[in-house]
Amino acid sequence: MKPVVHYSAIEGRSLAYWGLLGTFGLLLLLGLGAVWVMEHNGHYVTGMNNHIVWGMPHVFAVFMIIAASGILNVASIASVFGKKMYKPLSRLSALMAFAFLAGGLMVLMLDLGRPDRLVIAATYLNPKSVFAWNILLYPGFFAAVLVYVWFMMEKRMNQYSHQAGLFAFVWRLLLTTGTGSIFGFVIARNGYDAAVLAPMFIIMSFGFGLAIYILSLMATCRWSGRELGDSVVRQLKNLLGVFIAAMFYFVFVFHLTSLYGTENHGFEAFILMDGGIYTQMFWIGWVVIGLLLPLGIVYHPSMSKSRAWIGIASAMVIVGGLASMYVIIIGGQAYPMPIFPGFEVSSSFGDGQVISYAPSIWEIGLGIGGIALALAMTTFAVKVLPFVPDSLSDELMDPHYKAPEPEEAEAEAA
Amino acid sequence: MSDQKIDQYRREFLGKTSAAAATGAIAPGVMLMSVGQAQARPLDEAVSSANRWGLLIDSNKCADGCSDCVKACESENAWGSGSSDEQKSDAAQKAQWIRTVTLKNKLTEKEHQLPMMCQHCEHPPCVDVCPTGASFKRADGIVLVDKHICIGCRYCMMACPYKARSFIHEELNDQAPDVPRGKGTVESCTLCVHKIDRGDGSTACADACQHKAIIFGDLNDPNSEIAQEMKKHATTQIRADLNLNTGVRYRGI
Repeated sequence: MKPVVHYSAIEGRSLAYWGLLGTFGLLLLLGLGAVWVMEHNGHYVTGMNNHIVWGMPHVFAVFMIIAASGILNVASIASVFGKKMYKPLSRLSALMAFAFLAGGLMVLMLDLGRPDRLVIAATYLNPKSVFAWNILLYPGFFAAVLVYVWFMMEKRMNQYSHQAGLFAFVWRLLLTTGTGSIFGFVIARNGYDAAVLAPMFIIMSFGFGLAIYILSLMATCRWSGRELGDSVVRQLKNLLGVFIAAMFYFVFVFHLTSLYGTENHGFEAFILMDGGIYTQMFWIGWVVIGLLLPLGIVYHPSMSKSRAWIGIASAMVIVGGLASMYVIIIGGQAYPMPIFPGFEVSSSFGDGQVISYAPSIWEIGLGIGGIALALAMTTFAVKVLPFVPDSLSDELMDPHYKAPEPEEAEAEAA
Repeated sequence: MSDQKIDQYRREFLGKTSAAAATGAIAPGVMLMSVGQAQARPLDEAVSSANRWGLLIDSNKCADGCSDCVKACESENAWGSGSSDEQKSDAAQKAQWIRTVTLKNKLTEKEHQLPMMCQHCEHPPCVDVCPTGASFKRADGIVLVDKHICIGCRYCMMACPYKARSFIHEELNDQAPDVPRGKGTVESCTLCVHKIDRGDGSTACADACQHKAIIFGDLNDPNSEIAQEMKKHATTQIRADLNLNTGVRYRGI
């Protein structure tokens, strides 16, 4: 008996399904309403100003864009690294990567001062701008993922899905490098200007993306009544643990490097000790909720066996991820720029002062609208196309399950 | 600009263009030489890298509490008190093209102040990062924003080491004819480019400074006052470590 994974679209006729889609749709509409307020009035209705120029929308947008490339990682593990168990997880992974990039870009674009000039952004490219590189990387990612999904779904093209997956994997590494470099190449501010930000963003994308994927997979299987075996959950959970540990390492190295240079002591003291909300966000949000607690859960002897706890750990990684974006993006701007080293500086334009920032409801609304778009796209797509496997039971997924010859079973599961 | 000045400019412009048309028909090579010596640059002539416009600011002369340069800039370029706009924006959201900064020596507690504005870098980070090329540097060293292609992404504001740029947070209606500004785009000191192009030979801030703390001029012209002063005295660039070769130089920091 050869167990084979079949995919099918979810039925999607229940009240719960339409309720879910309706909720996402409503949140998306509210987000677009927030955009209307912001763009109609101008950015004075937001908490942003001439000092904190990137606010809450960027926290959401950058989080979603790096998470998008991380979500695709689940598929890459199958296609690039040949892990058969991940193969049935690939379609949903690619779909969600696409949806989250769309959501993130929606937020980024609609926060522009002139979103009506999108065509200009696409047609006038300054080759030296990291932003312009990203403007090329985003559609490339969409195209790579679309082709990849097509090759996975179309039997005749299956043979090329490995190549398509490899291409998408390389592209997503470039994409996250580009995202990290938006900050890493900013020489003016103590909080940025670090090449390590690019690889750090890649590692963060692994973590955020996997956490989002685990929660979505659990929800999809549960709500559509499909079996999700322990072996899949266990594997994903273990991988999440490795990614959290890697994130922890990068955060540690980033601040250690920064601390070594005296010029950065002021900034480090601000983030680590006396920065108020940023210090709290760093320690409580990023380190404790985003790293230590989920790490403890996924390696805890009994908690790690509970799906509820694994779900909670994944949610914590997402919350910590948003906190990390807040610390990096807002904290990096709130701390005064070193324009006159060695002097105490004051002016009518906030020189030498920590700038306060209170996000407005419109900015948060836009961010949530972006997440709603990604989730609505996913919810809709799994109804119209076969993205989700009929079953991810241990029988199908676990090579050791009733299988006398593991290698053979693995190959067949693919 | 007074009516008299406009007339004078028109006369010069018409005179030059008709002369150019005539010489253009007879001897094309001669025209370049004759126009090169003119004060005001005709609108159809490209900006030349032969000039590098800049400012020299002597913070020793900059009087504590004085903000004449800021007020002059506001009225010349119609921002801040020079315009009825930006009533809805809060203090941190309002545009600020030029500001006075007070520096206090941490050891000696000696205080002095100086005006800060766009430093018109030779290698401007704002131009590097701008995705559309809206942020650009003219051949004569003036760093500007093309309001037609600025998408309002604010990346230039993230990248500028001098915090010289402002974003417009609301609708504007009270702009000066020579100074384009608009909601959702970024702006900064233009080095009074409209004054330079019409041959005024100065900026509003330099004109307004009674203490002669601001000198405007051509850094490339060894005979200009600014070049002569910089030859005589030690000057510094703010954040010289970034190697941006700023067009605005300081004395006394």
